[in-house]
This record gives sequence, C-alpha cells and structure tokens, in this order.
Amino acid sequence: MEVFGDVLSWFNDRANWRGPSGVAVRLAEHVQVSLAAIVVAMVVALPVAIWLGHKRRFGTLAVNISNIGRALPSFAILAVGSQILGTREVPVIMTTTTFVALVALAIPPLVTNAYVGMAEVPAEVRDAARGMGQSDRQVLFGVELPLAVPLIMAGVRTSAVQVVATATIAAVVGGGGLGRYIIDGFAVQDHVRVVAGAVLVAVLSLATEVTLSGVQRLVTPAGLRASRRTPRIADVSPVDPALQAA
Amino acid sequence: MTARPDPAAAITFDSVTKTFPGSRQPAVAPLDLEVPSGEIVVLIGPSGCGKTTTLRMVNRLIEPTAGSIAIGGVDVRRQPATELRRGIGYVIQQVGLFPHRTIAQNVATLPRMLGWDKARIGARVDELVELVGLEQGMLDRYPAELSGGQQQRVGVARALAADPPVLLMDEPFGAVDPIVRGRLQYELLALQERVRKTIVLVTHDIDEAITVGDRIAVLNTGGVLEQYGSPDDLLAHPANEFVEAFLGAERSLKRLTLAKVSDLELSGGPVVPADATPTEAREVMDREASNWVGVVRGDRFLGWVPREALDGQGTIGEIEAAPPAALVRPASSLREALEVIMNSRSSVAVVADGERFGGVVTLEKIRAGLEA
Amino acid sequence: MTFWGPRGWALGVVNTERWLWWEWVRTHPDDILRALREHVVFTVVAVVGGLVLSAPLAFAGTRRPRLRGAILGLAGAVYTIPSLALFAILVPVFGLQRITVILPLVGYTLLILVRNIIAGLDGVSPSLKEAADGMGFTPLARLLRVELPLALPAIIAGVRIATVTTIGLTTIAAIAGLGGLGQLIVVGLNRPMRTAVTVGAVLSVALAVLADLGLGGLQRALTPWARRER
Repeated sequence: MEVFGDVLSWFNDRANWRGPSGVAVRLAEHVQVSLAAIVVAMVVALPVAIWLGHKRRFGTLAVNISNIGRALPSFAILAVGSQILGTREVPVIMTTTTFVALVALAIPPLVTNAYVGMAEVPAEVRDAARGMGQSDRQVLFGVELPLAVPLIMAGVRTSAVQVVATATIAAVVGGGGLGRYIIDGFAVQDHVRVVAGAVLVAVLSLATEVTLSGVQRLVTPAGLRASRRTPRIADVSPVDPALQAA
Repeated sequence: MTARPDPAAAITFDSVTKTFPGSRQPAVAPLDLEVPSGEIVVLIGPSGCGKTTTLRMVNRLIEPTAGSIAIGGVDVRRQPATELRRGIGYVIQQVGLFPHRTIAQNVATLPRMLGWDKARIGARVDELVELVGLEQGMLDRYPAELSGGQQQRVGVARALAADPPVLLMDEPFGAVDPIVRGRLQYELLALQERVRKTIVLVTHDIDEAITVGDRIAVLNTGGVLEQYGSPDDLLAHPANEFVEAFLGAERSLKRLTLAKVSDLELSGGPVVPADATPTEAREVMDREASNWVGVVRGDRFLGWVPREALDGQGTIGEIEAAPPAALVRPASSLREALEVIMNSRSSVAVVADGERFGGVVTLEKIRAGLEA
Repeated sequence: MTFWGPRGWALGVVNTERWLWWEWVRTHPDDILRALREHVVFTVVAVVGGLVLSAPLAFAGTRRPRLRGAILGLAGAVYTIPSLALFAILVPVFGLQRITVILPLVGYTLLILVRNIIAGLDGVSPSLKEAADGMGFTPLARLLRVELPLALPAIIAGVRIATVTTIGLTTIAAIAGLGGLGQLIVVGLNRPMRTAVTVGAVLSVALAVLADLGLGGLQRALTPWARRER
C-alpha cells in the first residue's frame, strides 16, 4: 500500500512533469489525438445522421449501430488494426491504427444519438412548423435541430469519454499519451508509475465528462430546460445512447 | 350467487374528515352518510369535491383524518388494511388489469391469494366470465388483446371474484366511448339485479348518476354534502342552487326519462263505465274539456266514443267505440308516454297492463307529475 | 496468473504473420480454453454481482428521489473512469487476483443496471399499483408479483447491455496481466503471433454477440405478454 505514498512523491517530483516523456507532453498528446478523433468523427457522422433523422430513414441501422459498437471490444479493434495498419508513430495522431480505431469507436454513439434526437422531435411540432408554411430547410434548421441539440451533445459527450479511455489503451500499439505510463509501468513492474498514470487518466476522463456536461447544459434551449423533460433515465429502448463501453 | 343483499354490507360514514398534509382546507369536510345494503349509491360533484377521496377511504387506500367508516357496523380499522381490501371489490377507470397475466389469471388473482383450490378457482372464473358477458375464448388472452369495454368487464369480474359484499367503483366507465359506456351502465344494472352488492360509484357524469344510482350524493368543493336522495328526489326537489346548477338545464327532461307512468295519478280523466247514460258521459266530457270519452267495462277498456255519437238513447256501452290509438304500460317512462301521445295526435293515452285497464295519461297529468 | 508456457514454440516453422495458423490453434487448446473460461467467469460474476448490488440500490432509488440522484451520480462517475486506469490502480492493492478484475467490472455494471431497474419500476403504471393495493396486495407481494414482472423487460435489457459491455471491458484486463481472452491478444502482440490476436479478438466478439442474442431470446421467453399486442 505504500505505493500510494510513492505516487504522491512521483507527482511532487518536477522532473516527471517536464521533458519529452513528462506529464505536460503526455497530456498534450492524449488531448490532441482525442480531440482530432472526435472532431473527425463528428464531421463524418453528424451530417449523415442528422439528415437521416430528419428524413426518418434507416432508423433501425442508425439505432443498432451503437449495439454493434458495444459488441466490438476496443482492445480487440486496436490489436487487429495494428496488424493491418502497423504501429509506426505519426505526429499528433499517435499511430494511424490508433486514430482509425478512435474515429471508428466514436462514430456509433454520435450516429445513434443524432438520429434519435432528430427523429424524436414530436410530429405535432414539425406539422405546426410546416403548417405555418416553413420550408423543409427551415423546419430542419429552425425547429428540429435546436430541439435535437441536447441529445446530439449527449452523444458527443459519450463518444469523447470513450475516446479518452481508448486512447489510453492505444499506448499498447505505440505512440504517446498518458497510457504510456501505465503500459510502460507494467512492462518494468513500476507500480508507482502505473498508478500515477491511472490517476492522470481518471482525472482527464472526469474532466472531459464534467466539461461536456456543462456544454450540453449550455446548448440546451431554455424552453427545454424549464419544462424539465422526462429524464432520459426512463429510456429503456434498445437505444440507450448514453451507455457505451468505456 | 345470492340475489338478496347482505344485511351486513351497509356502509356508514360517521363525521369522516380528510385533510391532506400541507393543505389547510379539508378535502372532505365532516361527512355523514349511510349507504344502504344492496343499493347503488353514486358520489358526484365537481373536481376537488373529494368524491374519490371519500371512496378510497372505504378500503383505506386513504386514511381519514378524523371520524370513522363502518361496514355492517364494523369499523374498517378493525382489521389490517390488506385483509380489509381483499373483502371489498375495487374497480378503477384505468381498469388496472395486470398486463403480464392472462384474463383468467387476472380474474383469479384474489381467489389465488386467498388460497382457494384449483377446481374452485376454475369454476368461479367460468361463472364470472358468464356473469359479466365475456367469452370463454378470451380467458387465455392477455389484456392488451382486448378492447376497452372488454377490459372493463374483466375488471368488474376480477373485483367480484371473491364475492365481496361491497363494490367500490371509481369512474368505472370514464375511459370508454359513449356508446360502450351506455351499454356497460345497462349491464351493471342487470348485474346488480343478480348479485345485489352494496355499490359505491364515483362519477362526474350526471346522466350516469341518474341512470345507475338508487341514490345520489351530490358533493361540493371541499367534500361538503349538498344533497343525498333518489335521482327523482334530486330532480324534483333540488336542495339548493348548487344542486340545481349541477343537475343541468334539462331537469324536467331528465325526470321524464326517469319517472314511470305508474308514478302518476292514473284515476279520473275522460272515462266512464259502460252502463253510464249519455247525459252522464256528456257531463264528464264537459268537465274534462274533451270531445271523446273512454268506455270501461270492469277492467277492460272498450274504446273511445266521440261527442257526436251520443244520441241520448240507452247506455254508452251500446254505442260502437273506436279502439285506442295510444297505449302505454305502467312501467313505461313518462318520456315514452309523451312520445306515444304526440304520435297519436291526441292528448291522451290509455294505460294497459296486458289486458288490464290502468287508467289514462293526459298531457295535463304528465305536467302535474313533473311539478310534484 | 501468468500461464503462458513456452511449449509449442519448438515446432520449427513458425508462421507469425498468418491471420489464422491452425497449427498454433491446434497446439494451444488449453490456453485458449482457459482464456475463454476466465473471460466467461469474470463476466458472469461481475454481472451477477452487479445485479445483487443494483437491485437494493434501485429499490431505494425509486422510493427516494434524492438518493436516486446520489446513486446515479456516483455510479456515473465510476463509469467515466477508464477501465485500464481502475485495473491499474487496484493491481498494487490486491495484486494479480480475480478481485482486481471483478471489482471494477461490477462497478461498471452498476450504472447500467441501476438505471434500467429504476426505469423499469418507474414504468409500471400507477393505476396498476393502485389496482394491486385495492385488491389487498401487501407491499412486498406487489413488488414481487406485479412491479418486478412488469419491469423485467427493462431489467433484462440492462443485463444485456451490462453483459456485452463487461465482455468488452474484460478484454482490457489482460493489459494489466489479469487474464481473459485479452491475454491471447497481448501474447499475440508481444511474441509476435498474429493468429493469437485473431483468436482472441474473434472469440471476444463472438462471446459478446452470443450473449446479446441469448439474453434477447431469454427476454422474449420471459415476457410472453409483451409479444401479443392487439
């Protein structure tokens, strides 16, 4: 148990914070690749999912893609990916394998949530907008999208937390990030470094979750906040957007 | 199944009060009410009048703040609430059938809980299904496969399963469409003829109250009892403006539906015995301001004789009489009598119970009856 | 828990680049089966343990809204921490023991299971509870015979998600040297031996899919009333 005292000293040692393998660099690497992956995933997934939700097409696929994503263990994807794409390190994105895996894992929750958010806008609200003579475009951007934003953001949050977690594991197939401390620590039986890395990863994940919850609250239209929509806890359909393996 | 009411099933409310926590006004003011055994008593009033609260205090889903409720003279608090409830049928608007159990299992819920043996449960379920007018084929289905009206019948069957002397019904027909509602009301009355339960029924529909109630208790906001009496009583003599307003604008029309021909004073009118002289007949016609007179021999009605046919000779029975154009039975409603009179283009109908002459109904008598 | 024996490597020709080299599979049945067995045991123990813990927490949560917020908040926080971090923190505490794997896995199931049990119980219509009360059900009888059966679809849906999630997370435990199918992948990456990576990945995905299908079937079998709608 004295490990935890040593972990404290590890954090107090300024040498561990600086240099090419210091906390500052590793944290920056971790955030960089996560951010890059989530942004690319959003650019790829959201327009398609929003459009499909607007048209209410391919609903089963959009909803079930999360279930499929859940059944694919992230470690297995990384390992298999490394056998195809190799483990050569690339600036910013750690390795090609890592980046592709992170983007792939980030997409399913984004798709499901964006689709459900759009498709679940009450029919009477859309009909009212149409009845007032709004064009398809106006309905999409003026009515459906604002109402779907909270759920879309919930998907972003779920994806981001998952990406941060998977980026940790990605250290197994090379590249930097906070996972290095854990993987390398295990390799040389340095438990102090392992635990220090684990603490850093946990803090980063919680920070990501808290920050994005704040963003989600900010982008929720005031009217939806005031009416206190039934909390999504009650959602037990196969779509449970917030629940993804981390 | 007993057709005689259980004498131990009268419900007595003794100064029952309910004040919900956090509220200053009582939901039910001190309420005294006697529900006679084997009758249907309807609790009615605007929302917030405490009618449902009153009902739910009987099976202790709500406990009164003060006062007591007794069934057959025994305070409902004398036994544990769950045991009490097993002895009282309870039917609610949403029916509340268990969606994970078949119709048969739903109906058998209480007998099973009471530990009846299988054969007895099976026999009872069959009996109930027949009683409420369902088909045997429905027994193995799930509630979601039945229509609203069918579900409501199952709800009644389930409530009657253990043959409780008392049945509480909270807006039992509120969730079905008007046509089905009318049929279910009629079925309830037919059922009541056979089972004679003490029924307390809550509704906000005055027509339903008038149709099914032996007595109606009109409650005002805060659970104040404004009037308690038979439907006809209420319609004829509303105790105050509140009751009058609640009964609605068509009070006389509603009474017309409710009151029977036999409720009227049927003797008198333009009728003479067959051995009367033309002079006597003319006197009766003058008195009644009629140009026709009915001729009766014993308890048979012979027909109508017009004023022109009177020739001053012999007795009136010798004159050929026209058969009655308008006939009603004593059990007919005043509305039917009115309808018959209107359609016959006369102002009088003959009351006949089979061959037996029972008097005549005139428009004047109907109006007098409504004013009584 | 390190069990990877050197045997099988003296065979001469070693095809490390093949995606599926049957010779390797044929010579390592014990290792593969042990990894699979461990994976199943971890998953089953974690989900069952999670259910045992979640049920009372969820019942408490349905009775007291404040408590519900606290329980879900805490379970949500645990859920956010990456599994590798939790495994890593527990290794120095418990060593390479089963408890080191199972404790975090149980923690991850809590959010899913508590949420779904609460959702299931909340979903039981108030009129059904009133009907049960009116018929004289005791509170316990009402819970066991009315509320729980009706919450069953939601609860099994939760068990389904929790099981599939746990199978994925258990794979990661091998990085901390804790066994399971991930061990095949770790060994495959380190040797290198591509076939081991394939076998580990395919078996873990297959396990997840089978569990999902199996529990889906169970759900349908246990809730016959949900299938027949008018």
